[in-house]
This record gives sequence, structure tokens and C-alpha cells, in this order.
Amino acid sequence: MPILEVNNLRLAFGGLQVLDDVSFTVNEGEIYAIIGPNGAGKTSILNCLGGFYRQQAGDIIFTGNDISSLSPDRRAALGLARTFQNIALFHGMTVLDNIKLGSHAHLKSGLLDTLLYWGRAHREEMKLREEIEREIIDFLEIEHIRKQPVSTLAYGLQKRVELARALAMRPKILLLDEPVAGMNAEETEDMVRFILDIQEERDLTIVIIEHDMRMIMDISDRIMVLNFGCKIAEGTPGEIQKHPEVLKAYLGEKRKHG
Amino acid sequence: MDFFLLLLTSGIAVGGIYALIALGFVLIYKATSIINFATGEFMMIGAYIFYTCTVLVGMPAIPAFLMVMAGAGLLGLLVEKTILRHMLGQPTISIVMVTIGLSSILMGLAEIIWSSDFKSFPPLFPRAPIVIGNLIIRSNLFWGFVVAMITVAIFALIFKYAKIGVAMRATAGDQMAAFSMGINVRSMFTLAWIFGSMAASIGGLIIGNIGGVQPNLGGVGLKIFPVVILGGLDSIGGAVIGGFIVGIIENLAGGYLDSLVGGGVKNVAPFIVLVLILMFRPYGLFGRKEIERL
Amino acid sequence: MRIGDYKESYAADEAVFSTPTSRFWLGVLFAAMAAFPFFAGDYLLYMANITGIAIVAALGLNILTGATGQISLGHAAFIGIGAYTSAILTNRFGLPYLLCLPLAGLAAAFFGILVGAPSMRMKGLYLCITTLAAQVIFEFLFVHWETLTGGIRGLNVPAPEVFGLKIDSEFSFYWITAVVVIIAATVSRNLFRTRMGRAFIAIRDRDISAELMGINLFRYKLYAFAISSFLAGIAGSLWVGHLRSITPEHFPLHESIRYLAMIIVGGLGNILGAIYGAIFMTMIPELLQSVLKYFESMFPQAMAFLFPLQTVVFGLLIVVFLVFEPHGLAEIWCRIKNFFRLWPFKH
Repeated sequence: MPILEVNNLRLAFGGLQVLDDVSFTVNEGEIYAIIGPNGAGKTSILNCLGGFYRQQAGDIIFTGNDISSLSPDRRAALGLARTFQNIALFHGMTVLDNIKLGSHAHLKSGLLDTLLYWGRAHREEMKLREEIEREIIDFLEIEHIRKQPVSTLAYGLQKRVELARALAMRPKILLLDEPVAGMNAEETEDMVRFILDIQEERDLTIVIIEHDMRMIMDISDRIMVLNFGCKIAEGTPGEIQKHPEVLKAYLGEKRKHG
Repeated sequence: MDFFLLLLTSGIAVGGIYALIALGFVLIYKATSIINFATGEFMMIGAYIFYTCTVLVGMPAIPAFLMVMAGAGLLGLLVEKTILRHMLGQPTISIVMVTIGLSSILMGLAEIIWSSDFKSFPPLFPRAPIVIGNLIIRSNLFWGFVVAMITVAIFALIFKYAKIGVAMRATAGDQMAAFSMGINVRSMFTLAWIFGSMAASIGGLIIGNIGGVQPNLGGVGLKIFPVVILGGLDSIGGAVIGGFIVGIIENLAGGYLDSLVGGGVKNVAPFIVLVLILMFRPYGLFGRKEIERL
Repeated sequence: MRIGDYKESYAADEAVFSTPTSRFWLGVLFAAMAAFPFFAGDYLLYMANITGIAIVAALGLNILTGATGQISLGHAAFIGIGAYTSAILTNRFGLPYLLCLPLAGLAAAFFGILVGAPSMRMKGLYLCITTLAAQVIFEFLFVHWETLTGGIRGLNVPAPEVFGLKIDSEFSFYWITAVVVIIAATVSRNLFRTRMGRAFIAIRDRDISAELMGINLFRYKLYAFAISSFLAGIAGSLWVGHLRSITPEHFPLHESIRYLAMIIVGGLGNILGAIYGAIFMTMIPELLQSVLKYFESMFPQAMAFLFPLQTVVFGLLIVVFLVFEPHGLAEIWCRIKNFFRLWPFKH
């Protein structure tokens, strides 16, 4: 059953065509990967899904509703969560506050509750803290750093905190932009384990962009290949590895250089 | 009708002077992306140096002017080397606040050195008012306008054609690219501060020549914000157009409305126009929305 | 010496004053605040009152500029709006002071929202210039809307009455200031324990990803403007109750800059910082004055330099703190505290 449908997406900056008529469907519970050479438009797709870029044409259907005209914050509230290629944590806050911020849209307390901090706001914050501790901090094994300012953390841990923050958004779909880029082998292995656990234990749908081919072939259910803003192939890892267009545009290019 | 033309001409003349002051701001912003809230105080310091050289030391106008240029250049150099160099990579708010702090320091120092009394320059231009048709323009205003326009033209030409100007423009366009082309980006920053300070100080001379010098002369510098927002923060042409718009608006508004509300309209009108324009064009009349990246 | 950090529940971990030591010092602080007026003379009480008023205003600016990252050059104008509202409500409608206080806050908040409204479409410098425009325009209105504001002569108000008591001395006004300061500080602190405060900081740190995390930028910027100018309005009302007269000269641009200096010197985005900064910046003129008094015997005109020297010192503090100590006094204080926490077993 499809959770996300993207139809005929077009995006251009001035004369530069970034996405050209891209359509794809992501099914509930699967890991869907988007791959392609640098500048193929992978991150632009995520930016359109999140609402940061506005496409010139095409629509985005999420859980049956057209979200194309919604603002980014509304889309987040509906259950679209993402991580970023260049980590985008809030540097003025601790790990815990960064994660709590992810739950923003699900909290109810208003201005007055907040200022007085009794009754609803207090109960809500306590409940949030317990949930985050139980379901996220514990799960991602970041208890030891919860009170640290994020700017003091190592790169791999920052990526993990970003994942934690995305989980706190209680997403229906998780968009991961190069979750293991720049990580060493051990960190990559940890991250892959977390991603697989998330998908299995929480029935989450995951869209992932990554350059690490071995990892992509290992974990994805289906893969879409982009080149110069066009979709050139889609299929299971096995199909993609044999696809002539892909070999030409992507893997072939690699082989030449290698 | 004559009253209108009178207001219009003085508006144009004042506008030309605003354009020069705004240029002092834009030169720095263009090269370094720093919003210099101390532009007005740079003007004021220039005017005081001129006053000191001519009245207190007794120099003739031309050497005194050269002293102003040297002093302004030095001020720009010092400010960049001692303060702003340390602020590279800091958030905008900190950089803006540093220049606000700087303006406070300069204003206080000026009052300590020269006291808060009004000072005036010796007469620089022929006293006789300029008569065009049946319009009469105050001579200081007219000559101030002429000097301002010549200065703006010189800076524009340097920026457009001189080797150093081209290097500055390249730096403004793309710092990394300029760096890889062998341009010394850091010295371009310093140079921008020197040029910006010089342009502002000439503006200060003109304003001081018209209305006398006082530590709060730099208050005129606040008007560059309506000017540059109207004209676009990073364009010399825009600064000129913005300057004229603000000069004309404030003179017309002052001329027609002052009697109704008891004065002061001149100073507030540009800001009202600014707010109105920003409501409809949040990036100014000529500014472009930047494409943001994550 | 205290070591370690052991808590049994998340609630205890979330509490602000979580250790017995910190609760003890809070108690000492309250006791000192309560005892102070019985020992202090009028001059010290006067200083305490104007410091308290500055703290309330600085806490407000800290929310907008320090936490949310929106530079405001118009904070003094909002204080002015509160002050004029309070004076007009007292003089024309005879409202009791305790009612004027929140109404002054609401009036300032209303104008704060108005000034913040363009933030829907613009940010950074453009918004900062809009607040500058607001400062200039409101100052103009204070001077020229004579029927309402009394023009340059300003307004005089009678001493406020609270529960039938005339508040006409530094001693009696101290209690009002103290209570308002405690409320303002508590409310600020609460704000940053909940989703609203986190949203503010997120907007300051990375507005784009904050929006992708589900934060409605426009709404939260307006909240920041509203809360910040509400506190400014309250400070303005306190000002009127304390001084019993206002003129437009009290709310110029350099007053706005003085408040910015407070939160920078104290530490941007830090509540304790705003308080330290307000105290520090209110003391400076007094300090300078006593220094100049000392030199008066040698230089008879030394006092003439008081005002410009103040201007220079304010500017220098802004620059020096931003260049060398960007986290302000609050950070310095933390370093001192941490040094003594493990002292004498530093290593």
C-alpha cells in the first residue's frame, strides 16, 4: 500500500532544471533508496517533500492527502521527518533539548501554560521526557551524552542525535539524507543497525539517500536511480545492479575512474 | 508650484549627499557583508578632523582635505584590523552589535575631545546662492551636491575599471573564487573599510559644511538605512537612486507637513516610507531574494 | 565542595533548583532581598529600583534578541509605549496602578506584534531595520502627539496607590519592583523549560530546519515579539510608577542600544545573563560618576565628561565582550563556580 506518491515533479532554479518530471511511489514499511551521481537532484527531492523548495509542477500525495501546498511545519506535523546531509542540529541546545524539539508539533501547551509551567505544561513536559528516554535515548544508546551541548559531540554522534530528533517527530515516514556519509566503518555499522531496527520495530517507512553502494544494496527494498534530474531506473537491488542505463550513467562512470 | 520646485531641488541636492554616505556603507557591505552601523560616526570623525586642521591648526582647505582622507583611511584600517577581523564567522547579530558598539565609542570620544558645542568650518565655497531660473539654492547645499556627485562618480569608476576595483568586485561576488584567482581576500576587506570610511568622511565634510559639526552629526547616518533598503544593499547605482528618493521624500514631506504636526517630519518620513515599502517588497525596491540552501 | 549529579527521577532532573545547595542559595537570595530595604538608605533603594526595572526590560529583550535571534533596535520605544499607556490610564481614567501595570504590558505587546508582523516575509537585517524604523516613528509620536503624550513636556502622574497604600517612597516602591522582577524571571525561566522556549532557540540557531521540524516560524516570531514587548511595557509602567513623570527623552535610540548592551554583556540568550547585564550596566554610570568625583579636585570640569565617558564605556563593553567573551558575564560566573565546586581538589 503506497504511503507516499510523487507525480511528475519539476523543479528549476532560473534556467537550471534540477528535477525533470520525476514520479515515484513509496510503499508503507519499505526502505526506499534514491541514488545517483552528485548533482542528480536527490537532496532536492527531499527538499520538495519537506516543503523547503516549491516545485513548479507535480504533486505530492502523502497518506492519501495532497500536501503540495502545505507549509513545511504542517508537513512535519503530518509525519514527515528528515535528517540532513550537513548536520542541522541546533547548536545552542543540549542533546536532550534537540530531541525534545522534534516533538514540538505533538505538544499542546499554549502561551499561558508555558509561562506559568503548572498543570498541563508541566505534565506534558514530564511525559515527553519519559517517552524520549524510553523510546529514543535508550534505543539509540545516547544516555551518556543527553546533557551535553550538541556542538561538543563527535560527528558520528551528531548524526545519531539527528536521527533521534527525527524519531521524536513521531514520523510516519523518515527521510534520511546520507546518514552514513563521512563515517568510519564501525559508526556506519551502528547506524545501519539502528535504521534496520527502526524499520522493523516501528513499522516505519524510510526513504534514504546514500553514496555508500554496498550499504544501499544491503538494506533497501527498492531503489530509484536519478541522473541529471531524471529518473532513469527503479527496481530491487538485484535489478538495479544489472540495469544497463544505470551501469552507463553511474556504476560505469565509477569503474572508469577506478 | 515654486514652493514645490524649491523642495524638489533641495531634495535632489540632499539626496545626492545621502547617496555618497550610503556609498560609504555599500562599499563595505558589498565586499565584506558587514552592516556598518558606525557609518554616521565615520562621517562625524571626518568632519572633526577637517575642523581641527582648518580652524585649530590653520591649514588651507586642500591639505586639510588630504588629512581627512588619511585620517579616515587610518580609521577604517584600524577598525578592520583590530575589531572586525576577530569577528569573521560570527553570527550577524554579533557583527551588527560590534559596529553599534563602535559607533557609541566614536561618538563618546568625539565629545570628550571636541566637546558637544557646535563647531563650524571656515567658508569653503562662494557665499552667493545659486540661481537657476527663479529657483534659489543655498550655496553650501549646491556645492555639497556637486562634490558628492563627483565623489560617487570617482568611486564608481574605480570600482568598475581600476584593477583594484575589479578585484574588490570579484571578492564581493565570490570569496572563494577570488581567493583561488590569487586575490588577497583579506586585504580586499581592509581596502573596503578604508574606501568606505573615506566616502563616509567626505559625506561628513559636506554635512558639516552645511549645518556645523557636533558629536551627534552621525545621526544623519541612520538615514542610510532607508536609502540602502530602497536601493538594494549591494549596488552603487541603487544607493544613488535610493539617496535621491529619500532626499526628495523627506523634503516634500517636511515642506508640506511640518506646519501641521509641529516639525520633525523630515526625520521620520523616510522611515515611514521604508516600513510601507518593506510591507510590500520585503527585500527593498531593487533587492533580490537570496536563494537559500540547507 | 560538591561532586556528582545523582537523581532518582526525570522530574527531579528537570527541576530548576534541583540540589539542596541551589535551593539553599535561592532561600538566601530571597531573604537578602526581603531584608535589604530595612538596611539600605534611599540612594541604595533608588539604585535597586532602577536596576529592577532594567532587569525586567532586559529579560524581555533577551527573549526576542538573545533567544530568538531577532535584533531589536526599538526596545526603548516599547518601554515608552508601556510608560505612556500607564500614565494615560492613570491620569485620564483613574485606573488603579495594579491594573495599569498589565495593561501597559498588553499595549506594548500589541505594538510589538504590529512591528513583528513583517517578520513573516523578511528576516535578519531587514527586520532589524524595521525595528529601527519603529523606534524612530514611536519617538516622533511621543514628541508630536501632544494631546495624548504632552509633547516634550511629557506627563506627570500621582504616586500610585496599592491596596489603599500610597507608594510614594523608594522603600515602598521597592516591594513592587521586587515582586515584578521575581515574576518576570520565573516566567522567563519557565518559558525555556517548554516547547515554546525551545522553538525560539531553534529559530535563532537554524530557522530553516526549525520549520522542517514542525515550527511555524511566523507564529513563534510573533510570540517572541509579543512576550518581549509585554515585559518592556511592564518595565515602562514601573518606570512611571517610580519616577512619576515621563518625557520622550527617556526613550531614545541609545536607550535601546543600552538594553542590547545589557544582554550582550550578560550573555545572549541566558536569563541569568540578562539579570547580571542589567545590574552591571546600571551600576556603570554610578561607578563612573564616583571615579570622576574623585578626579574633580584635580580637574574641576571632570564631571562634564560623565555622559560622553558613559557612551564610550558602553560601546567598549559591547565590543570587548563580543570579541573576547561572547557568552558574557554568565559564562564567566559559571567558570568561577566550577572552579570552586571541586576546589581545592582541582585535579
